[in-house]
Amino acid sequence: MGIAHHFPILVVVVPLAAAAINPIIGMWRRKACMPFAAFAIFLSMIMSAYLTAKVYFVGPISYHLGGWKPPFGIEIYFDELSASSLLIATLGFLILIFSKKYIEKKLPAEKVSTYYTLVLLNIAGMLGFVVTGDMFNLFVFTEILSLSAYALVAIGGEKIAEMAAFKYLLVGAVSSISILLAIGFVYSITGTLNMRDMALRLPEVHSLRVATVAFALFVVGFCVKAALFPVHIWLPDAHAIAPCPVSAILSGLVVKTGLMGILRVMQVYRLTGGVLDLTPITTILAWLGAISIVMGAFFAFFQEDIKMMLAYSTISNIGYIVLGIGLASFDGLRGGVVHIFNHAIIKVSLFLTAGAIIHQTGFRKLIDLRGIAKQMPITMAAMSIGIISIVGIPPTNGFICKWFIALGAMEANAPLFAAALLFGALFIFAYYIKIVNAAYFREPTRKEIAEAKEAPLSMLIPLLMLAFACLMMGLPLSYLPVRYIKPWIVALLQG
Amino acid sequence: MISQVMEKLITNFNYVVSMTLFLIGLYTVTMKSNLIKKFIGLNIMETSVFLFFISLGAVRGGKAPIMIGEIKGPFVNPLPQALILTAIVVAVSITALALSLMIKIYEHCGTLEADKLKKME
Amino acid sequence: MEIASWRPFLAPTVSMLCATLVFLTGRNAFLRRLWSMGAAIIKFAIVLSMLPAALRGIIFYTKLLPFAPGVTVYFRVDSMGLFFALVTSTLWILTTIYSIGYMEPEHAKVRFFGFFALCVSSTVGIAFAGNLFTLFIFYEMLTIATYPLVIHEETPEAMKAGRKYLVYTLTAGAFLLLSIVATFYLAGTTELSKTGILSLEKHGKILYLLFSTFIVGFGVKAAIMPLHSWLPTAMVAPTPVSALLHAVAVVKAGCFGVLRVIYNVFGVALVSQMGVGLVLAWVAVVTIICGSILALLQDNLKRRLAYSTVSQLSYIILGASLAPFHAHSAALASIIHLAHQGFQKITLFFVAGAIERKTGKRNISEMEGIGYKMPITMATFSIASLGFIGIPLFAGFITKWYMCLGSLEAGRPIFVVVLLVSALLNAAYWLPIIYIAYFRNPPDGDIKVDEAHWLLLYPCIICAIYVIALGTLSMVPGMPVSLAETAVKIFLK
Repeated sequence: MGIAHHFPILVVVVPLAAAAINPIIGMWRRKACMPFAAFAIFLSMIMSAYLTAKVYFVGPISYHLGGWKPPFGIEIYFDELSASSLLIATLGFLILIFSKKYIEKKLPAEKVSTYYTLVLLNIAGMLGFVVTGDMFNLFVFTEILSLSAYALVAIGGEKIAEMAAFKYLLVGAVSSISILLAIGFVYSITGTLNMRDMALRLPEVHSLRVATVAFALFVVGFCVKAALFPVHIWLPDAHAIAPCPVSAILSGLVVKTGLMGILRVMQVYRLTGGVLDLTPITTILAWLGAISIVMGAFFAFFQEDIKMMLAYSTISNIGYIVLGIGLASFDGLRGGVVHIFNHAIIKVSLFLTAGAIIHQTGFRKLIDLRGIAKQMPITMAAMSIGIISIVGIPPTNGFICKWFIALGAMEANAPLFAAALLFGALFIFAYYIKIVNAAYFREPTRKEIAEAKEAPLSMLIPLLMLAFACLMMGLPLSYLPVRYIKPWIVALLQG
Repeated sequence: MISQVMEKLITNFNYVVSMTLFLIGLYTVTMKSNLIKKFIGLNIMETSVFLFFISLGAVRGGKAPIMIGEIKGPFVNPLPQALILTAIVVAVSITALALSLMIKIYEHCGTLEADKLKKME
Repeated sequence: MEIASWRPFLAPTVSMLCATLVFLTGRNAFLRRLWSMGAAIIKFAIVLSMLPAALRGIIFYTKLLPFAPGVTVYFRVDSMGLFFALVTSTLWILTTIYSIGYMEPEHAKVRFFGFFALCVSSTVGIAFAGNLFTLFIFYEMLTIATYPLVIHEETPEAMKAGRKYLVYTLTAGAFLLLSIVATFYLAGTTELSKTGILSLEKHGKILYLLFSTFIVGFGVKAAIMPLHSWLPTAMVAPTPVSALLHAVAVVKAGCFGVLRVIYNVFGVALVSQMGVGLVLAWVAVVTIICGSILALLQDNLKRRLAYSTVSQLSYIILGASLAPFHAHSAALASIIHLAHQGFQKITLFFVAGAIERKTGKRNISEMEGIGYKMPITMATFSIASLGFIGIPLFAGFITKWYMCLGSLEAGRPIFVVVLLVSALLNAAYWLPIIYIAYFRNPPDGDIKVDEAHWLLLYPCIICAIYVIALGTLSMVPGMPVSLAETAVKIFLK
């Protein structure tokens, strides 16, 4: 016991406090910001690892903030889905290590400590989002992570970045309001904000119409955050223009909170046998997911900019996950949730490799980057692994979701969705192969490429670890997340 | 018929007002081209939701639930107020961020009209 | 009897390890050759060590980590898998020797040998896959690993061929995954250990759709018309790659998949109940005839070889699709032709490559009198092409014999006619080459013997010896026929 008892809250509080202290450290010594931030996230990572293991062996952990019993006090409910805090902290840690060199070069010196503060805030927001058991806290953490994300997009200080950030802010704020309104609706009919309590009370409410509207508002709000087609408009600009480590956080993790939000709300409403028949909404989600897969790939195909491609590919992959969730069958959900995990690893890996290349060469258009593989073989090897993963070629981790979601589509008696998923993946391959071809098999068009050097070690280590994770979380350890999340899915489906 | 509608409107006065405000805000955000106006729309939306929350907890003739000495109702539900206090803080930070972004955009582009900005890209 | 063993897992792992080592240390030519040759020989030894047990009916298997409930990565060496693996690993040794000689003046050798080893690893993985899931994993790996080999030249033409190859094979991969998921959903398993896991009564008409998606999924690599057109285009690849693509790894993986579908997924009983065997047989017939006719029209030697491959592969499909009509011999032919076609075709490719390296000639019309200059090379070419025509004493005759027998057993003598027409067409496009090579004088009048480098020559000779050995000693115990026999006995029970 002892301090371990307080881990559920400390996971969030440590990076949050670090974010508050970080500017002071930045005033004292700028170089100390990165180690400090990394250390804070590292602590979170250790605590998350402990909690993750505990959830697996013992079961979900309920922590009462300040000792007040729920539903009166605020509860932190660490369940299998909250275990994604381990993912967030680990990836955040790797991104911070990667950031060091990149940010020094990209940002003016006085902005460096701001950058780390914002990243800490963002990660703290996400950690809070996944562990909380309280609806209103969910909103507050959404806002923390969104606000810091808006600021991070604009941190480069270019005109185009600010415009992208503003667009992101406008769309994001509207979606936040929609979530807040939905919370208000649900609160008005249940009289509670604790999610588990809410789930208990929802079946007793007499105003189903309000509950329906609230659910729709929740889903719309979180879909915007997750950048599902057709509300994806803010994503490509924001993700492509932000500095690469920021793109990695946004694409790998921040959009995922939108999806986890949908899952949380589904948990509250109960997917089957709950007060509402959610089938119409989940069917719409499945369709939107399928359309997202194809549209994301379609737009990505015409991009010249490597980061634009990655950004659009996020939309496709969000489509996978939403399709899996929308199918609302056991394996579909499992595939979707596991892909949240796997896509985070892959996309962070891809954006960081793109970052390493941009850092070393200054180019980001495919045509300029031709022949880069000769000069940066390790980075490109890591990127190739990422590409093979994201396209979903076995035995990498991107393949797992395909299997499960396709199986889920069969279970849901909708084999057409399985076909859409598998053939949609081909479109995704069509543009990723362009990156591979350009890097490996084409003659350089720029003479600077011939002089480019391999990325520094502080970049290569995170890249290699991520590439290794893509392979290991593929077949060798694929069963781990799949088995881990199973009780949660079972509970979700049984209500 | 009309009287029934009127009655519904009057009994749900708070909801009607906040939803009207919400829609006005949404209209402004989506339809106006000037970034400042868009942002004012956003603020209207936020305010409408705040109003909605506060009205949820309101009780006619209710007092602040301060439990000192003699406990005598009715009390106003304090929870929505506490929540909205937090939400206002959040809204203020969004406003601050958005305004600073707008200042920067204006410095760089000399305009805040969305159509003109789009052309500049 | 089934015995748990690491050997089925080790066989593909050796090649994968070899690929890793080549990528890491391959800049050194000696190490690169050492790893490639060493891995080829070790793998051959591992595969061969399972042969005596397999002939006695013992099956080795390795169960690895579970992927999902009911789905594991699972290797299982049954007779047909071992047969395919033996062919592959024998030919890998020869191709490795050949490529060391052939690739000497080429660029990007590390990449070439690394992906080459990966290809072979995937092929053995396909051979030893104990369930469709494992098979699919290696099937996709094979697709990806072949791509850098196809576009090795990096010319616009090669890039185009590579793109076409990927479009065809990956689309097929999507079909395949869809079919496998559907199979798992319907049957609850993807195991290949039984003779059929589906049943018409239980699963209904959807099986017709499933069968066609399976055939499309495997048919692209097996080059069934009209899904064949990637194959001639992929001829731009270096010759050892073409040999690997067309004789060993890629196309055979497709054929092997079709065999698995017919024998192990649906089972001959179900296929005959559904009546789809005959449809597939006619598709194969069309491919055999059209492929041969197209081959006749080609002047580029490698393209002629490619169309001949298209035609020959459908022998395998034809044999398998006749098997459901209680045609024991047709089933046998479908399996042994995996080996016969492999050895014969690889000889022809080796020769084509040797001629190209020595003289730079690619077109048949330029090869007048080449038999004087390179007598041994052309002798091996003649042996292999006589095999394809189906002259007794050569491997191809054995296939033809069993195929004809199988057609009669199936009660469909029409297919005998088809086979004889195909043999005639084979003669029509192989014999002119031999004629041009031996009976025309070289244009420059130079008839001095000038053979290819020994690294290129010896693999040709060894392959030719194999072709003769397969044709003459086929009844000797331990030869491919006896191994195929044990497989057929189980499948047609």
